[in-house]
Amino acid sequence: MRVLRPLAAVVAAVLLAYLLTTVVHNRYYYFAAYVVLQYVVLATAWNILGGYTGYVNFGTAAFFALGAYTAVVLLKTWKAALLVMVVAGGAVAGLLGLGIGYLTLRLKGVYFSIATLALAVVLQTLIMNWDYVGGATGYYAIRPRTVPLFDDYVAFLFVVMVLLAALSLSVAWAIEHSRLGRGLAAIRDNEEAAECLGVPTLRLKLLATTLSGALMGMAGAPFPYFITYIEPASAFNLDYAVNSLAMPMIGGTASWLGPLVGAVLLGTAQQVATVTISSELNLLIVGVVLVAFVILAPEGLLGLVRRRQQRRPA
Amino acid sequence: MSEVLLEVQQVTKRFGGFQALSEVSLTIHAGERFGLIGPNGSGKTTLINCISGVLRPDAGRIRFRGLDITAWPAHRRTRLGLVRTFQIPRPFMSMTVLQNLAVPLEYAAGHADAGAQAWRLLEQLRLADKAHLRPAELTQIDLRKLELARAVAARPVLLMADEVMAGLSSGEVDEVLAILFALNAQGIAIVMIEHIMRAVMRFSERIAVLDAGVRIAEGTPEEIASNRDVEAAYLGV
Repeated sequence: MRVLRPLAAVVAAVLLAYLLTTVVHNRYYYFAAYVVLQYVVLATAWNILGGYTGYVNFGTAAFFALGAYTAVVLLKTWKAALLVMVVAGGAVAGLLGLGIGYLTLRLKGVYFSIATLALAVVLQTLIMNWDYVGGATGYYAIRPRTVPLFDDYVAFLFVVMVLLAALSLSVAWAIEHSRLGRGLAAIRDNEEAAECLGVPTLRLKLLATTLSGALMGMAGAPFPYFITYIEPASAFNLDYAVNSLAMPMIGGTASWLGPLVGAVLLGTAQQVATVTISSELNLLIVGVVLVAFVILAPEGLLGLVRRRQQRRPA
Repeated sequence: MSEVLLEVQQVTKRFGGFQALSEVSLTIHAGERFGLIGPNGSGKTTLINCISGVLRPDAGRIRFRGLDITAWPAHRRTRLGLVRTFQIPRPFMSMTVLQNLAVPLEYAAGHADAGAQAWRLLEQLRLADKAHLRPAELTQIDLRKLELARAVAARPVLLMADEVMAGLSSGEVDEVLAILFALNAQGIAIVMIEHIMRAVMRFSERIAVLDAGVRIAEGTPEEIASNRDVEAAYLGV
């Protein structure tokens, strides 16, 4: 069964992650792994629109932060459960995604990208001036003291992020192996030809932007609990936009595996660099690696591997 | 004559101050072979763009199979059987020839067995041995054939072929002509937009002539060949 395979993979990943938390007790590993997994979600979500459909989104931070601030509102107003925050964060960011989907009617290529970047700036300004969620000074999110089955809240957040990462990868896998995926690829290759061959381009693009935005929002929803002190500058950090674009490019945008590979490699490298050298080095690493890949391996690591395999006589 | 398939009623299209089409009307019947000719810039492709839904006309109406489709998006027109090709082939570059055909088969024709249907089409257009190549590896004639095959895969009732033969050698023109005749024999009405007079005259049952956005003549190939206005439009006398 095609649906059962990714579903089984999700359950297996979450179970494995849970078992891990009963064995490994060093909190730092969960902090680091959470960040890497968060990038798996963001990169995969970015790739649904950027890689499959061909619309480059520079506004990842807007969707991520919208998820995070939706969580803040829910937390402050109703002391909502984390699950509710994740679902709501996804829904609100998905709505914003639907909105930028309509932008694709008029804006293509680099103009679309500029509009998404502008969107992040506008949204950040709004949040900065919204006192209820802390405005520019920020908001302290107090974690629940205990959580069933877990000794430590960070370990719990780690498992939640494993679930979200596995879910995003399943969504990407499912799109890739469906009629929807082939329709999105047709849009990426030639939108007008796709429309004239019966592909409902607007509906498919709206689906892609909504899904992509929703996944980014879901990734942002646990962020207040993770960081415990959230303020606009960190939630709207440019790192999110740059990384979620660079990771699929480095791994390869053609398949669901690419963003996973890119996020794990680049995300881990950044975590290691943060500890051993300096946290300021992160963006520099991304920049250098991205330039190297664009020049040497424009189809990412997966494309490089595929080409090597093809060259070998069968 | 057989039933009316497409009715273009006084379609007008302006680009800024430039009048590309002025109240152009056309009627095309089921199963017909129709030629659309005119000098460069006379509005042929603009008319096809309006009929296929790539452009919205500023005035006038378009009816297809009895439905007013003037405001329909292009993909719905395609699904109704009104299919066009592009003058400059626009293949899906990341896909193989076979995958290119799968898009209209899945989205327009709604084929459950898209694979078998795609192979059948490739056989018919003699592209089967290139099924697994990507468009970048194809020759000009094969790109044209792919463009045609993709349109046919959408299961057209009316096919608008926009200069599918431009730039081809004489032998290749004959090959594409034979394909178009075969498609017509299957019951598909075909509108041929073409500069190669030899092909249009041989193929069409009826021809309409556009000049500077105005339909200046319509008739059988013989009538068009002897028409004074057409001669003037082409030779500028």
